[in-house]
Amino acid sequence: MSKGGRLATVLGLFLVSIGLVVWAVSAYLTPGVPGGVVNFTNTQAAGQPVNLTVQTVGAIGFGAHPTWVSYLVKDPATGKWTHATSWQLPANTVIHMTVDQFDSGSPLRNQEWGQVQGTIGGNALLNGQPLTVYNSNTGSGVAHTFAIPALNLSVPLVGVSGTPCGAAPCKLSANPHNIETFSFKTPGAGTYSWQCFVPCGLGYLYGNGGPMSTQNYMGGVLEVVQ
Amino acid sequence: MASESTSNNEVNHLQRLTLIWIVLSVVGDLLYWFLLGPHVAPGRMTTTARDNQFDFNVLFIVGFPVLVGVWAYMGYAVINWRSKKAGVPESVGGPKAAENKRLVTSWIVITTVVVLLLAAYGTVEVIVGQGSGGGEGPNPIWSPSGAIKAETAALAGTATWAPNSNEVLPVQVIAQQWKFTYRYPTFGGFESPYLILPINTDIAFNVTSLDVIHSFWAYQLEVKADANPQQNNVAYTKTLQLGSFEVRCSELCGIWHGAMFNSGKVLSQADFMAWATKTEAANAANTKFLPPFAWTYVPDANGASGGYYIDGTVTPYSPTEVYGSKQPSS
Repeated sequence: MSKGGRLATVLGLFLVSIGLVVWAVSAYLTPGVPGGVVNFTNTQAAGQPVNLTVQTVGAIGFGAHPTWVSYLVKDPATGKWTHATSWQLPANTVIHMTVDQFDSGSPLRNQEWGQVQGTIGGNALLNGQPLTVYNSNTGSGVAHTFAIPALNLSVPLVGVSGTPCGAAPCKLSANPHNIETFSFKTPGAGTYSWQCFVPCGLGYLYGNGGPMSTQNYMGGVLEVVQ
Repeated sequence: MASESTSNNEVNHLQRLTLIWIVLSVVGDLLYWFLLGPHVAPGRMTTTARDNQFDFNVLFIVGFPVLVGVWAYMGYAVINWRSKKAGVPESVGGPKAAENKRLVTSWIVITTVVVLLLAAYGTVEVIVGQGSGGGEGPNPIWSPSGAIKAETAALAGTATWAPNSNEVLPVQVIAQQWKFTYRYPTFGGFESPYLILPINTDIAFNVTSLDVIHSFWAYQLEVKADANPQQNNVAYTKTLQLGSFEVRCSELCGIWHGAMFNSGKVLSQADFMAWATKTEAANAANTKFLPPFAWTYVPDANGASGGYYIDGTVTPYSPTEVYGSKQPSS
């Protein structure tokens, strides 16, 4: 190769590498709405409460791990249940959350999570009845919790009796369920993880593997934006 | 004559280098000690943080002259002994340096003394600081006065603490994937996601885990103790300043390890008492469902359907008890 050709090759590779760096930096600085994130920022007028509805199921029934326990969320754009646990929410906004709980329960490993914490009013409604503390060692136990550790928010999701729904999405009309509602206020912009504190990854060490350690099952993130 | 001249030059070089080194070292050490040292992390929020800062500053004071000595020598050599400079002395490295008994002996003696002194200093500082904020395991070698009494009372449910009582306050740190919670045996054993401490009080952190290995790291308090399942890892400190501090897990523990942090506060003793009393009452409805206070809790290793189980009848500081040996009946 001639001297000019070698020079052109080096220059070309240099420009390509510069282009890759510029692309990576710009992609990092302008995240937008990542794939798999359900957007709740356009559902209401600015400052108005946002309704967020989820369901918890004992077995998702489809996908790579059909036997895994999971959360699903109702996509506000389509009204359909979606297997996604990352949600984009507006900052400093009241979120009215409804959980359709379809799974059976058990005693909590740490009864601390049997106490409703961090919600507006410090309580939740379980099938329309006020709930502040649930003794997981009695009744149907607690199936899951919805918790945002950074906000010290935690709500026990009481287990159902009877044969639980075997495949998602589960229907209120056909499966035993509990409906829990509560409200909380989103903080300023940022990324906040949420998770279940019941070690419900049955079959995994200490119950915290499998669906507890995989995105889109028993934990996710709140992308809170201005 | 030529030999005498070279010898005089070497002596002058040594004197000049030594003078430069001393001046730079003293000035640098003084500037560091009075200007930068007081602001070095982790601050002075607790005795262990204060002692850690002091130790770091002492090590810096000792190490800085070594750094300056190397740099000064290199700079001096570059300026005065460049190969193109006329009349430079012959190089003094290599065989000449190896055969210089005074140089070799000085090097061995000085470095040995420095290393041994630092080892002794570090050992003393660990003892004086009751473990320097590190976890000492279930049977601490060094503990502050009154700690064993307070810990024993905590397990028996008879622990007391009041403002100006100078009693040690036991606080249990419970790690779980992926959050820290805290139990206060002195106040009915309530559990809280908030770590609130009173000022001017010896704190006995009893750190354990309900699942995998975590590590409790209260950075500004300079307390760091591994949280092991079925182990009670005890660490001590004494609070000295009001303010907020951050708690992080410093042991990679799973998918949400990066989110396993929260903040705590050091309050006045009166404010702490008010908070503890209020929280004890507010949490009473849930506290009665918690297991009785124990140093460790044994989770069901099969995962779900796992309440936690008190680890038998072990007592703190037992030299013979094997902690975590008991298993749940389920």
